[in-house]
Amino acid sequence: MELLRFTTAGSVDDGKSTLIGRLLYDSKSIFEDQLEAVETASRNRGNEELNLALLTDGLRAEREQGITIDVAYRYFATPKRKFIIADTPGHVEYTRNMATGASTADLAIILVDARHGVLEQTVRHTYIAALLGIPHIVVCVNKMDLVGFSQEVFDRIRTDYLAMAGKLPVGQVTFMPISAKFGDNVVEPSTRMEWYDGGTLLHLLETVPVGHALPDRPMRLPVQHVIRPISDRFHDFRGYAGRLCGGTLRPGDAVTVWPSGKRSTVASIWFADRQLDECFAPESVTVCLTDDIDISRGDLLVRSDEPQPTVAQELRAMVCWLREERLQTGKRYVVRQATAETIGIVKAIDYKVDIHSLEPIEGVTELGANDIACVRIRTAQPLVFDSYDSNRTTGSLVFVDPDTNDTVGAGMILAERE
Amino acid sequence: MSNRKLTHLKELEAEAIYVLREVAEQFERPAILFSGGKDSIVVVHLAWKAFYPARIPFPLVHIDTGHNFAETIEYRDALVKRLGAELVVGSVQESIDTGRVKEETGYNASRNKLQTVTLLDTLEKYKFDAAIGGARRDEEKARAKERFFSHRDEFGQWNPKNQRPELWNIFNGRKNMGEHFRVFPISNWTEMDVWQYIYQEGIEMPSLYFTHRRRVFERDGQWLAAEPCMRLKPTETVVEKEVRCRTIGDITCTGVTLSQAHTLEEIIDEIAATRVTERGGRADDKRSETAMEDRKKAGYF
Repeated sequence: MELLRFTTAGSVDDGKSTLIGRLLYDSKSIFEDQLEAVETASRNRGNEELNLALLTDGLRAEREQGITIDVAYRYFATPKRKFIIADTPGHVEYTRNMATGASTADLAIILVDARHGVLEQTVRHTYIAALLGIPHIVVCVNKMDLVGFSQEVFDRIRTDYLAMAGKLPVGQVTFMPISAKFGDNVVEPSTRMEWYDGGTLLHLLETVPVGHALPDRPMRLPVQHVIRPISDRFHDFRGYAGRLCGGTLRPGDAVTVWPSGKRSTVASIWFADRQLDECFAPESVTVCLTDDIDISRGDLLVRSDEPQPTVAQELRAMVCWLREERLQTGKRYVVRQATAETIGIVKAIDYKVDIHSLEPIEGVTELGANDIACVRIRTAQPLVFDSYDSNRTTGSLVFVDPDTNDTVGAGMILAERE
Repeated sequence: MSNRKLTHLKELEAEAIYVLREVAEQFERPAILFSGGKDSIVVVHLAWKAFYPARIPFPLVHIDTGHNFAETIEYRDALVKRLGAELVVGSVQESIDTGRVKEETGYNASRNKLQTVTLLDTLEKYKFDAAIGGARRDEEKARAKERFFSHRDEFGQWNPKNQRPELWNIFNGRKNMGEHFRVFPISNWTEMDVWQYIYQEGIEMPSLYFTHRRRVFERDGQWLAAEPCMRLKPTETVVEKEVRCRTIGDITCTGVTLSQAHTLEEIIDEIAATRVTERGGRADDKRSETAMEDRKKAGYF
């Protein structure tokens, strides 16, 4: 069975948690004791109907305020697929958690309240989903019950959304009119919107293509850990352990190690005590080479017959700033990219994106929480990378503030201009 | 397009191995918290796979409440011997004897909560800076919020309102002296995934998970093992039933379920048909609506 990772985003009170509650409830993925707990909690809060949001809003502060603060991960399966849902917060100050949930997703559900239409958060979340390279976006126009299941309202929101999304490099967008509260078009088709002839949300989730076709991309193996058992039986064993983030690899393949550029050949590929004839992304394996060359954590193994990565100390990236402490140009940050770590500075901010108009704002020297900008980075050691749109792992990086150890920014590397 | 696709179990396995290898690199003295339950057994198996042919580079830490099933201790000792691993035991009895914690009283007295102090003391004593656990996000609503790399302050506390962003597969284990991390390699696994994986890999499991005859009694709609550490109310009577454990923890808070599952296949069928979560049998979660979050903030597993 395949695994589909998806995320939900939207403005405050758009009903994200209720939608997930509905998916779990109608697909019979909720257990009796969970339902009992939600029934009790709903009654305690004076809710007349079952409050499905209480299934996912697990933290005390969330239940008290009736909002989602952090990503909640939920799991369910149908006979067709297994699903991992990242239920992410709508509040602007928790956008960092939305990015956390979206960074590993194959699909994003963006909720729009039928009464309110496209809002600033809708734009922001669509923009982040596009930046993070999520291939499928589903715009669920929720609370259709509160607008009399009106086709006119639905059509207007679709037109508004497409006008905004037209400026963004979004993947495939699908629109659906739903009522998470009453279940219309979530798992069961609605009987109250005859004018809608698309399928249900669950049907889409079960059939949309999964993943980023990783095995078809150039082979990339960021070295995580060097395995040297130093035992009698494996006296000379030296294996490079890591998780392929692209491509396929076989014994006998010619490989190049970056940043050194040294070449060798794959002698064997191990997975626990078995030797493999082939491995492919996203498997975790251990690779032995025919030559004894210097390789350590942070190096990147690639196939010599495929496109090579870029090795450079200067690069451009789209950055999403995640914390209140402002990004300062010239400040030293720890930069983590794939398995490599170095020191880096933001030399210059080319432009910041105006989240209302999506137009660039130039002449900016600092970034605050939730700002998105195009920046120039210089690192102490050369980084080995691809552009984010060609590889999500070798093309992404985070900034860690050495004073607080906190992860403060996320970067998606841009292809070099020709 | 190639047809190379991983099954969900293979993908979850690859993710967990990646996380374990990150731990080995990012921390100086990591350890695996081993409870003897199925989740920590799976984590140990994954660690064996991640570092083969080298040994698992982490000791196993067992927090012993003194109220363990005998089968758990037997299984633990055999596993440690087979892997040639280092075992560290933190004793709750010792914490009670030295006055670090006070034993609860009453019929529902449990050492489950006291474990937190013993756990934090043990981490500090051995200077462990990362504790790898088998907790899964599908188990409980507070755990659903947990990162793979979960930061703990110098008091061992979790701050759920201000967790570090964790994007892609970039894990940030940087910390100050005295702080530590909890790491959860099987965060994304469900109970069903765990059993299907155990079946796929042919992992040997403690006998407690399979049906056996046991002396039990019923309390609040839950069957509990009639072991010497359990105090019976006058209205409760001990009977013998065919039962198995769905989770294994301290005897005082581990409910047993009536079951006829003798094999892994039968366990998987039983779980597929069940309508109650595995923690439905855990008395420790029923203490309040946010019992798990409150315990986790204090430093619980």
